[in-house]
Order: sequence, then structure tokens, then C-alpha cells
Amino acid sequence: MNDVGSIRGGSWSRRALLAGGAAFAGAATWPRSLLAQTPRSGGRLVVAADSEPRNLNPAIVASNGVFFVSSKIVEPLAEAAFETPDGLSPRLALSWKGSPDGLSATFALRPNVTWHDGKPFTSADVAFSAMEVWKKLQNLGRLVFADLEAVDTPDPLTAVFRFSKPTPFQLIRNALPALTAVLPKHLYEGTDINANKANAAPIGTGPFRWGESRPGEYTRLVRNPTYWSPGQPLLDEIIYRVLPDRAAAAGALESGEIQLAAFSMVPLADLGRIAAVPGLAVVTRGYEALTYQLVVEINHRKPELSDPRVRRAISHAIDRDFVVRTVFLGFAATSSGPVPRNDPQFHDATAQVPSFDPARANALLDEAGFRRGANGVRFKLRLLPAPFFNETRQFGSYLRQALAAVGIDAELVNNDTAAHLKAVYTDHAFDLAVGSPVYRGDPAISTTILVQGGLPAGVPFSNQGGFRSAELDAVIAQAATTIDDAQRTALYRDFQRLVVTDLPLINVAEWGFTTVASNKVRNAANNPRWAVSNWADLWLAP
Amino acid sequence: MNRAFVLVRRRLLGAVPVLAIVVVGTFALLESAPGDAVDAYLGTTGGDRGLVDQLRRDWGLDQGPLQRLGLYLAALARLDLGWSVAFSRPVLDVILERLPNTLLLMGSAVALAFGLGSLLGVVAGSRPGGPADRILSIGSLALYAVPGFWLGLVLIVVFAVQLRWLPSGGIETIASGKQGLARAGDIARHLVLPVAALGILYLALYLRMMRAGMVEVWRQDFARAAFARGLPHRHIVWRHVARNALLPLVTMLGLQAATMLGGSVVIESVFAVPGLGRLAHEAVAQRDTPLLLGIILVGAVLVIAVNLAVDIAYAALDPRVGAGQETSA
Repeated sequence: MNDVGSIRGGSWSRRALLAGGAAFAGAATWPRSLLAQTPRSGGRLVVAADSEPRNLNPAIVASNGVFFVSSKIVEPLAEAAFETPDGLSPRLALSWKGSPDGLSATFALRPNVTWHDGKPFTSADVAFSAMEVWKKLQNLGRLVFADLEAVDTPDPLTAVFRFSKPTPFQLIRNALPALTAVLPKHLYEGTDINANKANAAPIGTGPFRWGESRPGEYTRLVRNPTYWSPGQPLLDEIIYRVLPDRAAAAGALESGEIQLAAFSMVPLADLGRIAAVPGLAVVTRGYEALTYQLVVEINHRKPELSDPRVRRAISHAIDRDFVVRTVFLGFAATSSGPVPRNDPQFHDATAQVPSFDPARANALLDEAGFRRGANGVRFKLRLLPAPFFNETRQFGSYLRQALAAVGIDAELVNNDTAAHLKAVYTDHAFDLAVGSPVYRGDPAISTTILVQGGLPAGVPFSNQGGFRSAELDAVIAQAATTIDDAQRTALYRDFQRLVVTDLPLINVAEWGFTTVASNKVRNAANNPRWAVSNWADLWLAP
Repeated sequence: MNRAFVLVRRRLLGAVPVLAIVVVGTFALLESAPGDAVDAYLGTTGGDRGLVDQLRRDWGLDQGPLQRLGLYLAALARLDLGWSVAFSRPVLDVILERLPNTLLLMGSAVALAFGLGSLLGVVAGSRPGGPADRILSIGSLALYAVPGFWLGLVLIVVFAVQLRWLPSGGIETIASGKQGLARAGDIARHLVLPVAALGILYLALYLRMMRAGMVEVWRQDFARAAFARGLPHRHIVWRHVARNALLPLVTMLGLQAATMLGGSVVIESVFAVPGLGRLAHEAVAQRDTPLLLGIILVGAVLVIAVNLAVDIAYAALDPRVGAGQETSA
């Protein structure tokens, strides 16, 4: 579950600004005396990991679980940033520019970068990664780079992407942090890329090199002494310690055996207790570009649910404030529509999903002809909450009660991941499902697919509810080839309005993750994809 | 002829159909679970239709279940346990890496439960109804009723977080570079809490069984006779009562070896011990049929071996076992 981001703004605390300043000091040569504390190099950071991805190649598998480790080893062309105009900061590319016709995009690459094996990094690596890996093999790149025709390399530090159809540069830009991890051509060319042994022990250009892995125990990354940014990284090594039990992860933090647990490894219910432990802090920043959305997926093949009044009634039956307060213990925001509130680029505040109003819900259901029977029940449904998070399961239980209040009897069907995916996205054996799609900074990457009509069965996290609207599909298709940023943004505002009116699915809440870290960990959470960024500026205070 | 040899031969011949049933049964069970390895994988990544089809082809999941079972059995006949898609490595490597951890954890826990449990059982059973018996019976039942994960977490909170005497989890200190005795000591330190948690849970079983067996034996004529002859109490308890009550415990030991393999999923997760239980859990969640089959086969072989050892122990403890079977076997 990966993400792209271009979230700017948000509130700025003094501490965050200091952290940002310190981040900058590594790259630019600011007088360090200006800073409250001088970054100190050295030390080992031990981080909790709840799983071990089988493939650590971020160019093939663009997902947060992979990025969490591999983003320190293999770098993208650009990373998400809080304060820059286009929400990006340079990594392997120094600058990027789209052509007015949308048929090409030019990247100026960073000079004097070497791979961990000592070979120089050039535009040939970018061309190879784009054409052979992102476009052909990557879970997200297969969609975003589908029209990529060729990558020209006029010189070793310039890569020109050429598209067969006009492709919005806004989309390419928003896709840079998550979709453009660059692989070394010399190690992958002519091999079976999916089976290459570097997928398990990656070689990149990043601040850390692959160290070793003890399956079930830990993965160790070590400092790259020849990193292109002088003085970075600050840490000597990062160890990802496998801790499958979340309560035990909290214990390991308290006993000081680990210094950091990201991605809400510590359950929400434990955060209050953990926050009170001296030396530990709960941080909610650093996930702004990794927004998960709590949605109710709807099977429109069910006659009752094909009636828009019933879908509106369901939306009216959900108390979103209650969900945020009780299920998420406040660590979330209510949703107003398919684009999260924290994306100022695309969010349309005028599009509002029908809000909590049980009386209106009852009236709509009566109007649609589904009157309450003798037992107070209008009709029955199967409700399948996704097992991905505690919160998706708990919201399933809440939704069952909320629906019962308006006379809809929902039977909860709980499955594990494999069974849930099969039931919802292949067999369509559901009426309502609770899902948690990721918003990836641009609606075209993984949001429009949730409501677009005519997709084949078996595609996870896509519209498998049988919904089809010619009007909505037309807006999605038009936005896909609209080059002008403003026009494209306007089309996605139309898209949001149509979704909250037709309700192909119902947006409920949106949330990021929490990090629990030792107070010694400095420069944490200083970009919107922090947990999956390179940590070159992270340091440990004595 | 040697009774033990006859037993071993019979057991090994009997093991072949058992293993065949285990393989086909497990395969059918996992096959009947909805969703396959590709569905499980896509839960964390997503992907388009082309990718989904390509993965199914690459992982050999585009063939029918019978074909796959045939291929698996053919490979198994060549002693090849296959390829784990969840780990992208050979199944045998993945299992062999974890087997020592589980055997160490399980072996120590069973030894603790059996040793301490039967000893306390003797104490309780030496004077049934006495104060020591009452306290031990109630205490062991209370411990037996405690859920494993909770006991594990309590041990972590007390000994790792509050007192900081012991590490909270893992099998050894991460990347410590320790060798030889220092490493063995480090592993032992890490095993204290999980072994205690697992051992305490099962201790009650042995204690109760030992005590019940002894209560039974006390009522028998030979025990009364020994008592009537005025033999010292200690002598009767150890030589006559406890020894006779020990047999069912040995049976239990064999049965427990099997459940311990599965029972350690929880403890292995709580204490982050990379063992077979956790691996089996992951194999099911990932629908990794070859890996799960491999684990279950290894488990079945272990159980057969333990039961064989139990049978041999039986033959040694009880002269009646295996006698007169030479002609019938």
C-alpha cells in the first residue's frame, strides 16, 4: 500500500520548523551554530517491523511495506516535501519539466552519484528502470506509465520521457516519490528482473547499504560512506527488528530495546499509556502523503443498493464524528468525499458526502419502497469488513449497528486477507464491504479506479461493485489526457461532486499513521512520506 | 527378539500412510480456503489484471488443484519440498532455519513442564487432600486457565520492562557478533521468558495427571500392603506409587510434543521467536501451500519420532508392553 504525495501546508510548530532547518543543514552548508542542536553522527537505530517483505525491490513493488526498508537503499527521482512549490524535493533528479503538448518530460539528473557497488549512476539507469521495470512490472507503474513510449538519453545526466499519448505532467510529478525508484541497469539488464537476487539484497544509490538479513529476526542496513550528500547519512546503521506482536512492540519500546515504531505498530488504544512513558513521544506528522481512506464499498448488483436513495440513506446512517472519536480515538479526520481534506491540490470542499441524519435515512428508505417489516427490518445484507486494520474491522461492527438503527439488517462476514480479496474483488460475493484504499497524491493513480466502470474482475482495490456511470467515466477519461494543471484539477473537482452525488462508494474517514519514537531520535517526521523516505538526516542524540 | 526393534519397524511402516493422509488432507484443506497466494500477496500491493495473471502463471497457480497436487507429490517423492512463494526461497531452507529455534523452545518448555509438573504432582499426590495438595491444585489450575499471550505479556512487562532483567523478545541479541559460549548464554537468556510462559501453561497438565494417577495407585492393594508392612512413607511414594503413576505421563509427553508445535504460535509471536509456529501462521495467511505442507510434514515426522521414543520408553518402563508380539508382528 504505497503512496505519492504532494501535500503542502498543514500547521507548523516551532519544533517542526527546527527539525526542517536541521534537515536542510546537511545538504546546504548553513552555519550549524544557528541550530538549537548540532546533529551528531553515529549510532544504531533499532526500528520495529511487523513483517518482512519477500521482495525488497521498490521499483517492482511500490508498497509501504517495501519502502519502509528499501527507501533507505534505493532512491526515487524526487521525494515528497512539505515546503516546496510542487511538493517535491530533488533526489536522483535535480529538476523536471513537462512539455506543453504533454508528450514528453525532461529530467536533469544529479551528477557524481555512484551505485553501492561503485559504478556511476547515469541516465541509462533511469531509462532502463522506466522502460523495463516501472512500465512493465510495477504494480502502480503499469497504469501510470502505460503510454510511456521511450526514454531518450541525450547525455549521461539527462533523461527525456516520451509518451505516445498526451500525459499530464501533474500526474507524473505526483507519481515521482513512490513510482520512480531507480535500479542499476548493469545488474538487471539481460536477467529475469523478477527473479534477480538483488531484489532481496538491493543495490541502490541511497544513504544506506544492504547489510544482512536474519529471517524472522532482523534486517540490517549500514551507512553508505560514499553517499552523494556530504556528511550524510548520520546514522551508522538501521536495524529493522521483526516484532509480530503489537503489544510486545510497545513493551520493547518501553524497555528501550527499540527506539522507533512507525506505521501505527503501537495500537491506538496503547498510545495514551505510551505517551506518558518518560523518554517516548507519539508523533502523528510524517504521514501526510500516505493517507488511507475508510470507505464502504457497495455491490450495485444487489437490487436494493442499485437505488441511489438507499445509498444516500446508508451515508446518512453513518455518524462520521462518532467513528473518528470511537474507532480511531481521534487519530483520523472525517471524509467529505473521495479526495482527502489534506490534499489542497485537488480537494473540493463544496463536494460533501451526505452526513449523519438517521431521520432522513429512514425517510429515504421509505421513499425507495423498502418499508420496515413486522420485525422492524427493511432488508438484509452481507457486510464484509476488510481485515487490513483493527479499525476496518471495528468500523464493520459499528456499521452493522448504524444500519440496524435504520432498519437494515447487515450480517458481518469476517475473512482473512486472501479470502476477503477473493470474495470482494473476484467473486463479488458481498453486498457492502469496508475497504481502506490509499490516496496516492493524485486521483488518477489509485482513486478513480475505485469508481470507474468496466474493469475486469480480479483486480484488487478497484470498482468491483458493478457501478457504471457514463458521466463519471467521461470525466475520468478526459482528466486522464488533460495537460493543463488548472483544467485537470477542475475535472477532478467535477469527479468529486459526481461521486458524492451518485455514491458509487461511501467515504467515511481518512487517516495517517502514528510513530512512537524515543526522544533521542531527531529529525523524525520531517517530510510527508517520512516513514518511507531515506532517513539520511536522521540522528540520535546522546 | 528385541522388543524395541519390533516396535520401531511397525511404527515406521505405519508412518507412511499417515504422512500420505497428512499431505493430501492439508492440501485439500488449504485448497478449500477461499483465495490463493496471489490474492494474499495483492492485499499489500494491489495491481492490475495483467499483473494478477502474470503472478498466477509465475507461481504455477493457473493450473488445476489436481495437477498441482500431482506435481507436488512427484517432487516430494524425490524429497524436494518445493518453493515457497511467500519467502521466494526453497521451502526446506526456510524450515531448517526455524526448526532449531522451535525445537529448542519446545524441548525446554516440555522439559520444564514435565520435570517440574511431575515433581509437584508427586508432592501433591504424596498426601492427597493435604494442604500442599490443595495449594498446588488450585495454583496449577489457575495458571492453566491463563491465556498464553496474556501470560507472555505479563512476563514481558514485569521482567523486561519494569525490572529489565531479561530481554523482551527475540532469540538472541541482534547483530551482537557473539560466538560460542557467550552466544549460547545470550540465547539462554532470551529463552527464559518464552520457556517459562510455555512451560507454566503446560505444567498444570502434568501436575494434575501425576496427582490423579497417584491417588488411583494409593487405593490399590499393593500400595496398601506396602503401607501395612510399615515401609517408610517416602519409600512408598517414590518406589511404588509415583513410578506406577508415571506411565500415563509419558503418554501425555508424546501427545504434548505434537500440540506444543502448534501451541507455540502465540508464544513465538509475543516473544518474536522465529520458529515453526509463526511460520505456519504466515504460510496459512499467505496461502503458501508448499510451505505449509512442508511444515506439517516436518511436524508429522517429529510427532512420529517422539511417539516412537515414547513407545520405547514405555517398553523400558513397563515390561508388559511389546511382549509376545514377535509372532503377530
